[in-house]
Amino acid sequence: MPKVTIDGIQYEFNPGETIIEVASRNGVEIPHYCWHPRLSVSGNCRMCLVEVEKMPKLVIACATQAMDGMVVHTKSEKAVKGREHVMEFLLINHPLDCPICDEAGECALQDYAYRYGTGYSRFIEEKNHKPKRVKLGPYVMFDAERCISCSRCIRFSKEIAKADQLTFVQRGDRVTIETFPGKEFDNPYSLNVVDICPVGALTNIDFRFKARVWEMSATKSICPGCARGCNIDIWVRNNEILRLTPRFNEKVNDYWMCDHGRINCFKFVNADDRIDGPFVKKESQLVLVNWDEAVSRAVSELKRFKGNEFAVIASPFATLEDNYALLKFSKQILKTNNIFFIPHIKPGDQDDILIREDKTPNSTGLRLLGIDVSKNDLSLETLDEKINSKSIKCLIVVEDDPIAVKPELKNAIQNLDLLIVFATNKNKTTQYADILFPAATYAEKNGVFVNFQGFVQRIRPAVATIDVDRSLDGLAQSRWDKFGTEFDKWARGRKVNARSDWKIISQIANALGGKFDYDTSEDVFIEITQNVKELANLDYETIGELGYQIKSSKLIEEKILV
Amino acid sequence: MAVKKRKKDLNFFERIYIVEILKGMMLTLKHLFKPKFTRQYPEEKYVQPPSYRGRPVLVMDNGKERCVACGLCSRVCPALAIQVQAAETEDEKERYPELFEINMLRCIFCGFCEEVCPEEAIVMSKDYELVFTKYEDAIFGKDKLLVPVEQLKDRLEFIRAHR
Repeated sequence: MPKVTIDGIQYEFNPGETIIEVASRNGVEIPHYCWHPRLSVSGNCRMCLVEVEKMPKLVIACATQAMDGMVVHTKSEKAVKGREHVMEFLLINHPLDCPICDEAGECALQDYAYRYGTGYSRFIEEKNHKPKRVKLGPYVMFDAERCISCSRCIRFSKEIAKADQLTFVQRGDRVTIETFPGKEFDNPYSLNVVDICPVGALTNIDFRFKARVWEMSATKSICPGCARGCNIDIWVRNNEILRLTPRFNEKVNDYWMCDHGRINCFKFVNADDRIDGPFVKKESQLVLVNWDEAVSRAVSELKRFKGNEFAVIASPFATLEDNYALLKFSKQILKTNNIFFIPHIKPGDQDDILIREDKTPNSTGLRLLGIDVSKNDLSLETLDEKINSKSIKCLIVVEDDPIAVKPELKNAIQNLDLLIVFATNKNKTTQYADILFPAATYAEKNGVFVNFQGFVQRIRPAVATIDVDRSLDGLAQSRWDKFGTEFDKWARGRKVNARSDWKIISQIANALGGKFDYDTSEDVFIEITQNVKELANLDYETIGELGYQIKSSKLIEEKILV
Repeated sequence: MAVKKRKKDLNFFERIYIVEILKGMMLTLKHLFKPKFTRQYPEEKYVQPPSYRGRPVLVMDNGKERCVACGLCSRVCPALAIQVQAAETEDEKERYPELFEINMLRCIFCGFCEEVCPEEAIVMSKDYELVFTKYEDAIFGKDKLLVPVEQLKDRLEFIRAHR
């Protein structure tokens, strides 16, 4: 294999690789703005200048292919000087906006100016002025003054999002980025340009000015928006989610995520319609009660029915652990096989990039457990008949809204003798519940989702519920969380009184004589791995940050995996 | 430093004390006719030099705060006394503090917020009379923090001179 020497160390490379690719693969930092591992090379920022022996001038590492025997210096005097000059040029027209710029704290220009800049500017003339608040599309705001014209956003739209919507106009120091006349920058992946923009020129309108980046904590999790299960970071300040950003996972979502996931998949966690504490119906009113009362009511009510009078709706929005506990509860305690889930398919809303038709994060996981959309001739379609004919008298709904999916169900549901609902937010079904348990959202619990490719991926709690203490339970903490007391407003964010479904189910099951002996969600998961052979020998540590892929041709034949 | 004499080293006059007592009374008498240092606080207020660090205040320029809610004061504050929430404004500065609160029970008057401020928007005032009877009263919002720039001229000049 050919070898290239970078800063005195030899590295092997595959013919065709550029210097920056070899360096970044081996952990040698070469500063860059316009180069991105997934985008074409444009070579216009000039920040990655390195010295190559026997070449008369400095070369850009992103566009120079490595050659056998090449000797590259990234820290030689000539290379350092070159970078300093490039940095000075880039800063000539860059405004001193850091105090009002959302990018501050995660800005490549700030970082490199600090590490590779000279610390002063010789430019005393008036800086160039350009429009500062241009709304490029529904989610993206553009500040032309801050732009360093690296063209990453243009190349992203063209090459990754396959929507050629942005372009450079004008030349020289007047160059700026625009959409085509009368058109908006509105492709379903538009917000990724905010992440790849090395400066604060492109900002997220939804997150604009909400918080400084250093005030938040980031928790590694999974987006619940569709069956893709993009890896994300959940950014939390004062127990409130403020934004989601994609987390790199080459085989699932690469560096990207869709706008729908980023904008819509966290607001319900902070919403006012969260169910806060367990409710029980008394004189046709849902009344807030404590956990013991709600559980004992559920236990005594459930005893009135037997076997096939029960129907259980599992949830593709809940974790594998929750659904496993529910399945075990149905089979061992209720002694019924009437368990199914409601599919949430949006036909046609799918592309070759990330978005999937199946709008739930865990339907593959449910199928792995053996729960399907219909069971024993029972599904969402036949549910109302069976309720009206009194063959089903008790319905348990976990984290789903059957009435929203099928409005005709409304009348049938009122004919039930008992309706137990586990829900995160108020929905069309919760008002008819006899017993309503508050379920923790994906951002408040541990667990796993299985995506359509068979990736078993972990979610972790980012928001604390009432039972949880950020430091004792190991949640990510920002400086504010670490030092805040109960007297500080900024550390007293709302905590919802909710629990993971498996916890509530286990409590009910144990009161009904079951043996649901779990302390943590991992205990449940270990039991799943003993029962589901595709997951054998897995635990949370093996799943790790990037997930574990189930490889099974049998599952592909059965159309459980794609 | 005065050398302390042992008792056996004292001479006769020192040993009888009367002379020494008279000397001391002369000193008291002398100070009786010298200018007085005692300040009749609170009737008579202390006028501080511009280097004095009283409670931090926000500079109000043309009826608006200079602050752009960058959050640096909040970040640098060693006592975590400052909470800032930014919001968008139509003004040229783009953002302003929707909420700016200093918990005066946490504040230690170190002046780091003033030092870090990129806009000269928060300065240490001369106000040192801070009394509260309720916890909530100790949290100063924008209503208590905003002070017209005219009243803060000498402090602003001082920090510019000592940058």
